[in-house]
Amino acid sequence: MKTAIIDLAYLLSAVLFVFGLKRMQSPVTARTGNALASLGMLVAVVATLFLQDILSWPLILGGLALGGLIGVALARTVEMTAMPELVAVFNGFGGLASALVSGAELAQYASGDVYGFGAVTAVTIALSILIGTVTFSGSIIANGKLSGWITGSPISFPGLRVLTGLLLVGAGVAFGVMVAYAEAFPTLARPMILAALGLGATALLLGVLLVIPIGGADMPVVVSLLNSYSGLAAAAAGFVLDNTALIVSGTLVGAAGMILTVLMCEAMNRSLANVMLGGFGGGDGPAAGLDVPEG
Amino acid sequence: MLNNLIIFVLAAFLGTEVLTKVPQTLHTPLMSGANAISGITVVGALVAAGMTTGPWSTWIGFGALVVATINVVGGFLVTDRMLKMFGKKEAAPASVGAGQTNGSAD
Repeated sequence: MKTAIIDLAYLLSAVLFVFGLKRMQSPVTARTGNALASLGMLVAVVATLFLQDILSWPLILGGLALGGLIGVALARTVEMTAMPELVAVFNGFGGLASALVSGAELAQYASGDVYGFGAVTAVTIALSILIGTVTFSGSIIANGKLSGWITGSPISFPGLRVLTGLLLVGAGVAFGVMVAYAEAFPTLARPMILAALGLGATALLLGVLLVIPIGGADMPVVVSLLNSYSGLAAAAAGFVLDNTALIVSGTLVGAAGMILTVLMCEAMNRSLANVMLGGFGGGDGPAAGLDVPEG
Repeated sequence: MLNNLIIFVLAAFLGTEVLTKVPQTLHTPLMSGANAISGITVVGALVAAGMTTGPWSTWIGFGALVVATINVVGGFLVTDRMLKMFGKKEAAPASVGAGQTNGSAD
């Protein structure tokens, strides 16, 4: 009964997100669309708070209050022109949160209080750590490029592509170790935990290297793409926790964010590949980044 | 697990259909709004921080809860602030959008 009510509340919040996104496509209805989407979030949070078995209320309320205060303060005080760079930070926090949720779940399994860890669990945890952490560091770099503490021009150095390739291989190895040791976990916990930490560290660097070669004028597209990633990271965390709200809404916004990213590229007469590989293309790379008379 | 996979695939199709024609002036606010929705991971953070038993998982979950809440609360508020400008200057939304594009291209 309880889980049925929670699932229905999650369904309602997903429906509100869909209506919200629909209404955000016209200037007249956009503000109510945002209000509907925030109502959807409230429904999901309240349902989780009241219908699941919260063990530590002070911690939960403290976390919500602390995060809420910081969020309000940042959103209220930011200059109009600095809003996109603040959105980049928020998005990075969302990705980080998904990675941490999976980390917490891994720690929970490691403590031996929960059973049923298998290769599938390892895959979903690894995915949300990978996507969430890339989103986090990529978004922080995007913030730097938008606000000016990192130069807006594409940064490249000899061996950038080789280093990125090596990091991808490293991430793949850490991912593989996590899956390989899934059966032995948590009796043998050390390889799993070290591989998870290694995956997080590799993904952190990967996010940096993927964004620094892209020019500052293209950052809104990058933030939109990373936003799509953070939706997917939330969906992956949903697989870890077996939580429908995260799977439905995370996937929904992951896919919608991808469409929006493509629309933004089209508005600039560019392809997504052109934006992403702008600084990567060797000889013709910088030229591709300079086509557009922006910034 | 199989049910979750079915939900995932259907939600992905829904997500690709929900956005059709977005005027360019709304690109940044919509990106911001979508970012706030991707903060749904706050639900996962609530589960991780409030329903786990070990000290490690609880404190990692607490960290997740704080950053996820910043994303959600700040995200919806900042989107609302962006969209407020459209209500005031109904006549010239294009100039509002242009201002934002300039800001974001800095």
